Amino acid sequence: MESIFGLVGDGFAVVAADTSAVHSILVHKSNEDKIMVLDSHKLVAASGEPGDRVQFTEYIQKNVALYQFRNGIPLTTAAAANFTRGELATALRKNPYMVNILMAGFDKEAGASLYYIDYIASLHKVEKGAFGYGSYFALSLMDRHYHSGMSVEEAIDLVDKCIIEIRSRLVVAPPNFVIKIVDKDGAREYAWRESIRDASVAAA
Amino acid sequence: MSRRYDSRTTIFSPEGRLYQVEYAMEAIGNAGTAIGILSKDGVVLVGEKKVTSKLLQTSTSTEKMYKIDDHVACAVAGIMSDANILINTARVQAQRYTFAYQEPMPVEQLVQSLCDTKQGYTQFGGLRPFGVSFLFAGWDKNYGFQLYMSDPSGNYGGWKAAAIGANNQAAQSMLKQDYKDEITREEAVQLALKVLSKTMDSTSLTSDKLELAEVFVLPSGKVKYQVCSPDALSKLLVKSGVTQPAAEAS
Repeated sequence: MESIFGLVGDGFAVVAADTSAVHSILVHKSNEDKIMVLDSHKLVAASGEPGDRVQFTEYIQKNVALYQFRNGIPLTTAAAANFTRGELATALRKNPYMVNILMAGFDKEAGASLYYIDYIASLHKVEKGAFGYGSYFALSLMDRHYHSGMSVEEAIDLVDKCIIEIRSRLVVAPPNFVIKIVDKDGAREYAWRESIRDASVAAA
Repeated sequence: MSRRYDSRTTIFSPEGRLYQVEYAMEAIGNAGTAIGILSKDGVVLVGEKKVTSKLLQTSTSTEKMYKIDDHVACAVAGIMSDANILINTARVQAQRYTFAYQEPMPVEQLVQSLCDTKQGYTQFGGLRPFGVSFLFAGWDKNYGFQLYMSDPSGNYGGWKAAAIGANNQAAQSMLKQDYKDEITREEAVQLALKVLSKTMDSTSLTSDKLELAEVFVLPSGKVKYQVCSPDALSKLLVKSGVTQPAAEAS
């Protein structure tokens, strides 16, 4: 089942997400990227109802881009997170989006940051956060091993610990994960952790 | 010829002019002068008070300076009742922005949103345009201290020193002559008072005909909007040599 988690290190933030597209008891796809590169220095990892997830994160992405075109300056991560929260809050009493979000970003002023936003529109600035069934393992492992000012190597090592624990302890464990990172040089994909690949079928 | 077109706010005359907009700008030329100067450590606004009756009981200490948000203030020249409407919308815009983003609104965006309102009355109509010019002084984290001037057509621009209201052209040319880059806030106050004293119609400059406000950043990093008290203003006037201390004693 769905697992997204992230943490803030020294001058960067890293987020990881499973890549399974599940419907009922079937896995339809195991390379679904659930981490959106929101703009040059922001990442949005989302879990929840797949349609809502795509619709809402794209809506946020396009609004953030519109802001930048209109005003010539990018939104800070804090502003983008608060905007996202506001959109969820207004939708909540009308037609709520079933999405939980981890937003990571890097700003010149504030440095790297991570925001936890859930579908009932609560917002927290956190050092480490997680959503989904994988969060039970990711949160406890991060509680045990996280410390402030982690290096990229240490952080990735911790992310791998979480992935291994989810794969080995969760009944309905997702096989594949994607890891993305954001630092002063921008937001980008860091690595994939795949244990299965879509089998290719020989041409008949 | 112009009679046929000047009653319409949104229709061009054959010469390509919008008469009502031009008349609005004319109206501002009769209002009290306001001067704004950008310095490296703050923005200074000075204004000429027109209503100085002893009997008048005002609710605020300033007649033409308004605080819009913690980091933006403006000086007004023109029809005050029109200005009040615009100032209210500016304040609403600023608070809406902070509600959405939990951050102070960038100064230019605030100016732009207000100018969009003004522009609307020159294209979509209404009865007449807003007869108001503004000087906006503010600070934001992207561009630091800023000074903007806007007119009834909805045009705006960023300036190092600007004047609106009566004799604004004379004031503007004096500012152009005397403005230096790297000017300090203290020097900017002196310059503003000097220019105002020369362009105002009244012979002697006294604190009850003037108002002075400044936007600057405190050592704590907080933006401060400060209105100069009449007493402090009197002392400043003497110090800058605009009025004689003897005149004050008599």
